[in-house]
Amino acid sequence: MLDGLLDYTLRSVALGSAVLGLVSGALGTFAVLRRQSLIGDAIAHAALPGIALAFLLTGTKSTAGLLLGAFIAGWLATVLVNGLTRSSRIKYDSALGLMLAVFFGFGLMLLTYIQQTPNANQAGLESFLFGQAAALVMRDVWLMAALGSVALAGVVLLWKELHVLAFDPEFGQSLGLPIRRLDLILTTLLVIAIVIGLQTVGVVLMSAMLIAPAAAARQWTDRLGMMVLLSMGFGATAGVTGAFLSSTITNLPTGPTIVLCATALVAFSMTLAPNRGLVWRAIREWRQGRQLRLDAVLLDLYALARQHQQQQHPHREAVLNIMSDVPGRTVHNLRELADAGLVRQIDATHWALTAHGLSKAQTLAAEREDGSTPVLA
Amino acid sequence: MLMPPLNTFMFSVQPRGAVGRRGVGAHPSAAETALPALPPALSVRDLTVAYREKPVLWDIDLDVPQGVLLAIVGPNGAGKTTFIKAVLGLVNTAAGDVRMFDYPYADQRSRIAYVPQRGSVDWDFPASVRDVVLMGLYGRLGWFKRPGKAERAKAMTALEHVEMEAFADRQISQLSGGQQQRVFLARALVQDADLYFMDEPFQGVDATTERAIIALLRDLRKRGKTVVVVHHDLQTVSEYFDHVMLLNVRRIASGPVDDVFTEDYLRTTYGGRVGFLRQPK
Repeated sequence: MLDGLLDYTLRSVALGSAVLGLVSGALGTFAVLRRQSLIGDAIAHAALPGIALAFLLTGTKSTAGLLLGAFIAGWLATVLVNGLTRSSRIKYDSALGLMLAVFFGFGLMLLTYIQQTPNANQAGLESFLFGQAAALVMRDVWLMAALGSVALAGVVLLWKELHVLAFDPEFGQSLGLPIRRLDLILTTLLVIAIVIGLQTVGVVLMSAMLIAPAAAARQWTDRLGMMVLLSMGFGATAGVTGAFLSSTITNLPTGPTIVLCATALVAFSMTLAPNRGLVWRAIREWRQGRQLRLDAVLLDLYALARQHQQQQHPHREAVLNIMSDVPGRTVHNLRELADAGLVRQIDATHWALTAHGLSKAQTLAAEREDGSTPVLA
Repeated sequence: MLMPPLNTFMFSVQPRGAVGRRGVGAHPSAAETALPALPPALSVRDLTVAYREKPVLWDIDLDVPQGVLLAIVGPNGAGKTTFIKAVLGLVNTAAGDVRMFDYPYADQRSRIAYVPQRGSVDWDFPASVRDVVLMGLYGRLGWFKRPGKAERAKAMTALEHVEMEAFADRQISQLSGGQQQRVFLARALVQDADLYFMDEPFQGVDATTERAIIALLRDLRKRGKTVVVVHHDLQTVSEYFDHVMLLNVRRIASGPVDDVFTEDYLRTTYGGRVGFLRQPK
């Protein structure tokens, strides 16, 4: 009996969190690329009064009704933000902050009011603040999946239009694409993604579920399609892991746990992802530094050799040391060059270019001459 | 902004109604086929743009005959970029009528291509060179359709035109400034337009790219295309372009370079701050 209950709960929690992660990962990619990361925060907070009003109007706690209220309120907030930015001198970020505070404040007020009314159903509405995955039932999951399918279908169908919208909206407009309408559609899909997550993650931390998976995915790829897929994968992973942890360990709140899992993915990606990751970047910079150091010595040797008839004329290490920007490391550098077969040691103090080293130095010198030094990869 | 009274220098080298006749005359090759007169590629009347009551463009009239390379020249803040954006409907206008080949822009979109300033987008965006060039075709592909083989072939041809075919799969953040500019040009080329608007294509590019752009402009002109270019470098105006519009909120003058690109007009445009004065021929 207990086993069955646990299985059922875990199954709906895991499925629900996976759906939430998939959808917010996909839509979050566009929000992050359009540098609108904070719109998710504003929409999520703005959804709270919608939830409260829906409860007051219907008097029940049906998920569909509450989420519809959340959707309307969140959508209204974005329309107001856009309208305010367009028609007044208030900047976009200020408008976002303003709407967030006004809507959220109003929502908290309504919650307090609801708590004072003698209604047996009232308990649990404040779980929308930080989310409560354990409260998910399969019917909620189906609803989330249906809404999520709409949002994902929108992204697939409008793929190329959204691509232009995110990269170069003015160019898109010059092509005749209805950029404003597309912007509104994308925002609507974003509101759907947020509404899906409210029960599990809550209004306060929902924006992290949009930003974190996308930010992590960006580290691994340079293609939009791959970024969206990875972001969905990361979102689902964070959702399932977090929900699982919070339902097995007592007193671990769902929303924060999921968000921490997503953040861990970001930290992992930022450190270890090839190309963009910090570790790789450090290795690359070290390699580039070494390359530049060695090239400099090679070119110095070449400059000296050009003053002689014989181009592989040996030179004293002391002379090279004087020419170097980093004196003291010359012997070290010469040894590394010798290992690469570019120079050879004649005696204790003399070094000369090898034939291979000479041709390499000539290429380098030619590249520096016409300024076509390739970007170090 | 220093702004002498309107009527003291509102010369019009191209009088209204004389639909680009003067421009056509300056172009012997076009003149032979100019009967009956071709409609101007671009015709702008009374164009005014204001940001919060401050005029950015004031009452601009302009006719651009077909088949010319026209430079828009003026000091910083003169409204050059805004002019192009207003013509393309990308910013709200307070007044004005814009026609392209005698029809409103909305009916002519497929004949128009736009090359925005390179700095207007985030080059760290996850896209390849080919992805960006393909965007030029998104307008005519239709809803829900993805670019296919034919579109990819067109993109490659356009990239070859700007000598960037070897970079098709390169991530755009790895490009130099000049290469970015050439990708933007290729994106406009796939549109196969008749009228091109380019915003500062020569800005901060290397010598190779500059040569490539000039060759491209001349090739477009040879094929009868019209190109309107926001240009910064006064030194090269006479060499690269055959028509010019001097702009400083108002249109100071416009027409063939030889008639309009004079010391007087330049002084008016730049308010006496012009460091470059043309040598009399």
